[in-house]
Amino acid sequence: MPNYQLDHLDQLEAESVHILRETAAQFQNAALLFSGGKDSIVMAHLAAKAFWPAKIPFPLLHIDTGHNFRETLEYRDAFVEKLGARLVVGLVQDSIDKGRVQEEKGPFASRNKLQTVTLLDTIEEHKFDACLGGGRRDEEKARAKERFFSHRDEFGQWDPKNQRPELWNLFNGKYHPGEHFRVFPLSNFTEMDVWMYIQREGIELPTLYFAHEREVFERNNSLLAASEFIPLLENEKPSRRTVRFRTIGDITCTGAVESQAANLAEVIAEVAAARQTERGTRADDKRSETAMEDRKREGYF
Amino acid sequence: MDLLRFATAGSVDDGKSTLIGRLLYDSKSIFEDQLLAVEESSRRRGDAVVNLALLTDGLRAEREQGITIDVAYRYFATPRRKFIIADTPGHIQYTRNMVTGASTADLAIILVDARKGVIEQTKRHAFVSNLLRIRHLVVAVNKMDLVDFSEQVFNDIVASFHDFASRLDDVADITSIPLSALNGDNVVEKSKSMPWYRGSSLLYHLETVYTGGTSNHVDARFPVQWIIRPLSQEHHDFRGYAGRVAGGVFKPGDAVTVLPSGFQSRIKKIHLPGGAEAPEAFPPQSVVMTLEDEIDISRGDMLVKANNPPRNSQDVEAMVCWFSQKPMEPRGKYLLRHTSRETKAIVQELRYQVDVDTLHKKEGVPSLGMNDIGRISLRTANPLFHDSYRRNRLTGSFILVDPGTHETVAAGMVV
Repeated sequence: MPNYQLDHLDQLEAESVHILRETAAQFQNAALLFSGGKDSIVMAHLAAKAFWPAKIPFPLLHIDTGHNFRETLEYRDAFVEKLGARLVVGLVQDSIDKGRVQEEKGPFASRNKLQTVTLLDTIEEHKFDACLGGGRRDEEKARAKERFFSHRDEFGQWDPKNQRPELWNLFNGKYHPGEHFRVFPLSNFTEMDVWMYIQREGIELPTLYFAHEREVFERNNSLLAASEFIPLLENEKPSRRTVRFRTIGDITCTGAVESQAANLAEVIAEVAAARQTERGTRADDKRSETAMEDRKREGYF
Repeated sequence: MDLLRFATAGSVDDGKSTLIGRLLYDSKSIFEDQLLAVEESSRRRGDAVVNLALLTDGLRAEREQGITIDVAYRYFATPRRKFIIADTPGHIQYTRNMVTGASTADLAIILVDARKGVIEQTKRHAFVSNLLRIRHLVVAVNKMDLVDFSEQVFNDIVASFHDFASRLDDVADITSIPLSALNGDNVVEKSKSMPWYRGSSLLYHLETVYTGGTSNHVDARFPVQWIIRPLSQEHHDFRGYAGRVAGGVFKPGDAVTVLPSGFQSRIKKIHLPGGAEAPEAFPPQSVVMTLEDEIDISRGDMLVKANNPPRNSQDVEAMVCWFSQKPMEPRGKYLLRHTSRETKAIVQELRYQVDVDTLHKKEGVPSLGMNDIGRISLRTANPLFHDSYRRNRLTGSFILVDPGTHETVAAGMVV
């Protein structure tokens, strides 16, 4: 007599696949936000599985700050080709050139915040009515309150106090013209679940996630990659160290950790023993106590 | 690894956040930077002790008011199990949030302050858990340190809860545990202060309690969610029905009936996500099925077995929890979402409202307001293929959507 119990990764997969198919069914023109980070890679992998043997019915949408790790772009292009997917790129540089946003100045400048404008403009331009994001509820306290189907008003804003309740397997994706949804199929994955799923599925990742030698410098208790995009302060001296990244975003706000973990098993062991959250290396979250909520309200990922 | 979803209901005063904080902390699910951030906020706010509630109350409004408003989902794992906590507010004006959190939980922890005993709030939490068909209850009698770890106090509370619980429907088990969340007594480790307590610690109970999930493995139900037609060279004639099994077990070769058309066919193959063939499909799996015959099937249809059909009707009796600030309109028209179907529905009659604190039925009330629970009869534009909620949570549940604002205004459970 089989016991009809599913392993937790199978349960998470079944849930995500359900959400991805529901997105295809309830929206006219959805896009899958792809950053080249592990969560969006896992989400795209799940989308490929959800619609097999058909292709993913959404384009991949990359909001490109122009401040990328070279490895991310190489990975992105190879991945998109392998999936046979369509890629849409929204360039922050275009928003700057059009005068839609003002580039931040000084050594702490980051295009992280500017991305929101580019994202919303791209959504409007392509008339996307849903954007799938790789956000997880365990990442951050504002994300812990996020819905699977998250409504955005005509200004792209999130209203955390006025969210639609979600019960059982029922999702309400109704919207008025000009509004859109963000959909988060990985909501119930934790960082550890993502790593275990990557291992189980044999998903290939950008090399940045594994220990490698790189020129880095210390700022605000984070190790940042030395690059042409970050002006150094006087006391900042880059040095060559063996590091890896726990999250991957814009090069100006993604911190590295010193690590010898060179393969998946070693990374998982390190994640299991970690005493800092993965977003602890993100400078963008350190701007204030409710930095994530504030950015999300405005339309951030 | 096994997965257990549970809900906790209570307010900060009951020590709910402290309890969750301790479960997370002792299972090493709180990281140093999170703890540092909370310590810093507590200090800035002038709190006397580190306020672990700040870990879970993430929204600005919640931090300002010091209360839980919305459901927060929390995660932790031990070597035995992975846990998803739906952390819900305890106050009556947030009953709808508790209903939401309870809808996907298999177990509920009901917090009782040892000094106060079983109060209206306790009954309300037990009632809501029961209404949403959470069959495993844990009565966590907290703050035992403030009643001198008295066995008598604990026994009285357990007896009074059991008295009340005899009015609940279909509860599988009730486990009562004396705790002090603040000191950690009986949370992760057995307490030395209560040698009279022979049971297990809360965490051990959560790790080992057998729930068997709440899925129905008897009545085969497959709501079709999406049709997969690749139209590619390689899969030229492939026509697959994608969906999530809502009940029973399906196998290749099974004879199935398609609702509403009534056409019959046999299952050719069952594919897991990514294409691997499976010998069977059961809840909560997401699969793709192909059939022997080419028949017209679209989203919202349901595959079932001919000898065990669901109810098929346009008239539905249901318990609803009202979510919207705009009260339920008598004879109001709403959009109804049920499995993968959407249809229009009209409220025929409000039969009664339940007083959630006393469980008394109030008849003759004109409407339901936000957080109210009552029984209604509905008439739908198209037939619903459904079961009672008691028999199947997925085919017995629905939501009502306001056609004007698109808000989700109510959650319903078919009687």
